[in-house]
Amino acid sequence: MNKEIKSSEILICCGTGCVSAKADKILEKFKQDTKGKKIKVKPTGCHGFCQQGPLVITEPDGILYSRATTEDVNEIINSHIENNVPVERLFYTDPQTGEKIPHYKNIQFYKEQQRVILRNCGHINPEDINEYVKSGGYRAIKKALLDLNPEKVLKMIKDSCLRGLGGAGFHTGLKWEFCFNAKGDEKYIICNGDEGDPGSFQDRSVFEGDPHSVLEGIIIAGTTIGAKKGFIYVRAEYPLAVKRLKIAIDQARKKGFLGKNIFDSKIDFDLEIFQGAGAFVCGEETALIASIEGQRGMPRRRPPFPANSGLWGKPTLINNVKTYASISNIINNGVEWFTKMGTDNSKGTAIFSLTGEVANCGLVEVPMGRTLREIIFGIGGGTTDNKKFKAVQIGGPSGGCLPDSLLDLPVDFDSLKEAGAMMGSGGMVVMDESTCMVDVSKYFLDFTQKESCGKCTFCRVGTKRMLEILVRITEGEGTEEDLSILEELAKSIKNNSLCGLGQTAPNPVLTTIKYFRDEYIAHVVDKKCPAKVCKKLLTYTIIPEKCTGCVVCAKNCPSNCITGERKEVHFINQDDCIKCGICYDRCKFEAIHVE
Amino acid sequence: MRIERIAGKKETQATEEDYSLISEKILKYKGKTGITIPVLQTIQKAFGYLPKNILKQTSIDLRIPLNELYGVASFYSQFRFTPVGKNMIMVCKGTACHVKGAEKILDEISRKIGIKDGETSTDMEYTLEGVACIGCCALAPCITINNEVHGRLNTKSIDKIFKSKKAEGKNQ
Repeated sequence: MNKEIKSSEILICCGTGCVSAKADKILEKFKQDTKGKKIKVKPTGCHGFCQQGPLVITEPDGILYSRATTEDVNEIINSHIENNVPVERLFYTDPQTGEKIPHYKNIQFYKEQQRVILRNCGHINPEDINEYVKSGGYRAIKKALLDLNPEKVLKMIKDSCLRGLGGAGFHTGLKWEFCFNAKGDEKYIICNGDEGDPGSFQDRSVFEGDPHSVLEGIIIAGTTIGAKKGFIYVRAEYPLAVKRLKIAIDQARKKGFLGKNIFDSKIDFDLEIFQGAGAFVCGEETALIASIEGQRGMPRRRPPFPANSGLWGKPTLINNVKTYASISNIINNGVEWFTKMGTDNSKGTAIFSLTGEVANCGLVEVPMGRTLREIIFGIGGGTTDNKKFKAVQIGGPSGGCLPDSLLDLPVDFDSLKEAGAMMGSGGMVVMDESTCMVDVSKYFLDFTQKESCGKCTFCRVGTKRMLEILVRITEGEGTEEDLSILEELAKSIKNNSLCGLGQTAPNPVLTTIKYFRDEYIAHVVDKKCPAKVCKKLLTYTIIPEKCTGCVVCAKNCPSNCITGERKEVHFINQDDCIKCGICYDRCKFEAIHVE
Repeated sequence: MRIERIAGKKETQATEEDYSLISEKILKYKGKTGITIPVLQTIQKAFGYLPKNILKQTSIDLRIPLNELYGVASFYSQFRFTPVGKNMIMVCKGTACHVKGAEKILDEISRKIGIKDGETSTDMEYTLEGVACIGCCALAPCITINNEVHGRLNTKSIDKIFKSKKAEGKNQ
């Protein structure tokens, strides 16, 4: 290690993941203990490697400490900062080789990523506009306003072939052009940050880690299409994102980047935060607009598209958080730089939240077109505890489950759609052999069924019927005929629903039937759950040879159905067993058998 | 459908709340458009839920029909019509948590405190709620108790959490 470079900055990741693991207390202690010393301590947004949080990073030497605690603070300061001897004990350990890796740039999780949208996340203090400006921020909007004109900006965005990163992948440039050409002097901009998908947190991470990049993108969009007012729609469940956005907007106003006569260009543009109230369907643009208008968030028929008649009937441009965050990059670095990344039809990068049974959970940004294998087994480091990989669920409740035979599928908008999944919001949940695919499809359908707004009959009633069938199957009451009824219902729901929720709700069921039919057959014919998840199909018994009579299971059984004297083989009374699995979890001798 | 999860919940005794506490904040919205959701959020922030008498008075003051307020409130999962307990327990049911056994965690907590998902205990001590995703997927399965996150749980660690919670309660 180069002993010459001294660390001058300590960065503490304060994304939601790390704060949940008490990063805020670590930050406080660092601040306290470095008082009067020549060292800068600052909080940052999500650095990405949530699995190893709380993360402490020192710059410029780029050393990463994983799973730090308040007790480690002293040692880091005394040993690393004062004496230039990094604390090896806290380095990240490669699970495959057992090697300790000091620099985060050498960790496989970071090595294979290309961070473009997330370039500032984890590196700057999101609550300080000066840091964003110092890293090249608000240069693109100046260029757009002073050197370019709206037509030129529009052409750049169109030429870049940037596609909407909210999931559907509509061409952003076209959307902007529709809105630019729409008649009317009052136009609106909306930033869609209603990230309702369970299992994804990219939008939130961008808001929390680099709010100004989103603001800059929105301001560029607003001045290009001629809007004077914008709304950022954020979930109320993201309090930290709301707080940081409020700070960012205040600071931008004070600097003259928002409000009247921005950048002395005689153009007015202002932004307002709107907190959603928890409805998955509000991620759909027309439902989101209804929600801002103060109504129930129900989608309406398109056309007219929001570009012509959106918020309060005025032309409205609505894009996702990550799409806006990409804009300044394109303006700054040029179209050619952007189109070099990605595949023929999907340019640029995509962000995924990699979670589930994967070794390295976290936020991942890669160019479009990387294969699932590269993402899950390269960056993600494979499955937890090297269990057998079963499937990856992409795109949340609208997406699908893809099996290992599709691991070499390049990930972009079109290839995913072809495989029956979709980009969606970019959630990527890895599942191993302990996950039951029938249960997963029941889980997603239960979610979409509850979130259906109830407007279209097929979505309202159809998803309910599908869910009932799936519940029946997981309880061992299903028949083979049920599978074809599921497929038929799914087709009708897809064809007869107004919005994306209904059109994609059957995807998880369809893909699991397509790729994991044998598991459905095991449930309906053999009445068995191979992954041992579906409660009603399980039987817990005690293996007499292994039972030592330690009474732990009997003591913890909530339904008191385990009997037996100390040092004697125990017995589970099947009539009273509620199949909670607690005996299985607690037994130290692996004496509980599940089938 | 969205309305079901509200209709299915057991009504607990709602009390009359003092409107004068928030009347000033409510009246600020008078005459503006698109205010229904922010107004409801203001009420819930003050009382923890949407009390009937407050909604009635708000409807009169802001000239928004009561059925519209109820219509909007019942659509969004954030709003509740019954008071919540002293300790708010949210069990994350996001995909990552589900895959890692959130159902088991919810069952175990439910058994521990004797109430089901969506209910409040009669002594107003606990409210238990399964929620879509709290966004700490790397800590799955996780829960929040009064906004404090407890992650990487199993049935054993839940035991510990509730034992220390009970001890805390006794000390107070």
